[in-house]
Amino acid sequence: MKKLADDVIEKLIFICGITAIVFVVLIFVFLMKEGVSFFGEYSFHDFLLGKFWYPTSDPPRFGILPLILGSLIITLGASLIAVPLGTMAALYISEVAPKGAKDVLKAGVELLAAIPSVVVGFIGMVTLVPIIKNVFGIPTGLTALSGCIMLAFMAMPTIVSISEDAINAVPWQYKEGALALGATKWQIMYRIILPAAAPGIIASVMLGIGRVIGETMAVMMVTGNAAVIPHGFLESVRTMTATIAAEMGETVRGSIHYKALFAIGAVLFIITFFINFVADTYLHKNK
Amino acid sequence: MIESVSPIIKTEDLSLFYGDFQALKSVNSEIARNKITSIIGPSGCGKSTLLRVFNRINDTIDNVKVTGRVFFEGQDIYHITCDIDSLRRKVGMVFQRPNPFPLSVLENVAFGLRVHGIASGSELDGIVEESLKSVLLWEELKDKLKKSALNLSLEQKQRLCIARLVAVKPDVILLDEPCSTLDPMATMKIEELMVELKKKYTIIIVTHNMQQAARVSDDTGFMLLGELIEFGKTSAIFTSPEKKETEDYITGRFG
Repeated sequence: MKKLADDVIEKLIFICGITAIVFVVLIFVFLMKEGVSFFGEYSFHDFLLGKFWYPTSDPPRFGILPLILGSLIITLGASLIAVPLGTMAALYISEVAPKGAKDVLKAGVELLAAIPSVVVGFIGMVTLVPIIKNVFGIPTGLTALSGCIMLAFMAMPTIVSISEDAINAVPWQYKEGALALGATKWQIMYRIILPAAAPGIIASVMLGIGRVIGETMAVMMVTGNAAVIPHGFLESVRTMTATIAAEMGETVRGSIHYKALFAIGAVLFIITFFINFVADTYLHKNK
Repeated sequence: MIESVSPIIKTEDLSLFYGDFQALKSVNSEIARNKITSIIGPSGCGKSTLLRVFNRINDTIDNVKVTGRVFFEGQDIYHITCDIDSLRRKVGMVFQRPNPFPLSVLENVAFGLRVHGIASGSELDGIVEESLKSVLLWEELKDKLKKSALNLSLEQKQRLCIARLVAVKPDVILLDEPCSTLDPMATMKIEELMVELKKKYTIIIVTHNMQQAARVSDDTGFMLLGELIEFGKTSAIFTSPEKKETEDYITGRFG
């Protein structure tokens, strides 16, 4: 009887454990199936490097270069803001802040992660967008810059939280050794702690970037969604994610447009898979 | 007592509290220059705490309170005007577990030189070589200077930690049970090194190993429950102790 219960529980846990992997594989297969069938009707080269995304023109054109560049410029800008801010915040929380401030800050940063992205987008729309419009004197504040700033907020919790864990994991003995040599707090931070925690910090940055590149709602609400090749941060851009979200509802199931959106999904999947893979490599290196 | 010609470190009525717990009770001691002084006593007697007062590394623990006075070269190190970073440069410490930084061998030895802006370039390389030679590591490691220090053997790591100190030319080297993680052969080598280093530095060693104290030190202090029970010449302490507790401890009746 006991043996039977043991077996049943073991099988149940096995099924739970395997479910996540099965889902990932199914999603991948599904994306690839629809995506690959798209390339039966449209050239791979024109898709990846085409400069025009006109899905409803005749003939339709499905060049996703503007969308890829849109996603890249948003990711780049958001990283430029979130990485220094996030790692410095992590360093402050774990090394400098007094005990009370430490707990409040950590809880606050983690709460930031709990804000739904549509709320972030909404706040960006009513506060940040008008400010950007006025400060730069441009016709619309719905720009790549707005997207970068809002997404930097969304990447911050991941970066701060994981970097802080990595910094905390640096053995106390290193700090003690450096202190005993007369190093100042700041010297210990940048000569010992940051290098020792580097793998974890890199992993946190990659996961933060993964979050930014996959983010849809907030970015769709503040970037203006013009599918043109961006030339700077003060122009409207459209990301790959926003394209799928905005157009999927209007396509005919099974049409070439429908399949094109799946192909974009596949490209996104490959990019995020790669980023997560890199992050994971560094996370394990840390251990 | 021992000859008191300008002791390098002196404590007057030193008490230390961890919160409500009194870890040191009115300790009066004088540490002689260019000698090896060992501090012995059973676990929890406050010997490491006393050692950690001398470079104020105890400051990193919350709720520590120190009363009384501690002088290093005549200067009160608990006075508000004391520059702790430069104190720690002059009073270096080697810990129980070797703790090389997760950097290369070269950068470990160069660390103190860099943070104090003492040397750079070829001058730095010269000091690194000299420091590694003084702990007898140069021949073993001269081709591995760029390799990570974390891959060395325990004994090599401990030597490296000493080299890291020697590089900044301290006056005093504090050793907190430096051999407790080493095997007897490695311990012997570190002891030989201590005797060698005595020529240039004042060494204070905390050890639970009485034979070690008897072998290497010139002066010995015996501590019990936060009090410095007896302090004097090592030969005297180990052959004709004045106090009953000291005799009981060194003859192995407790501890």
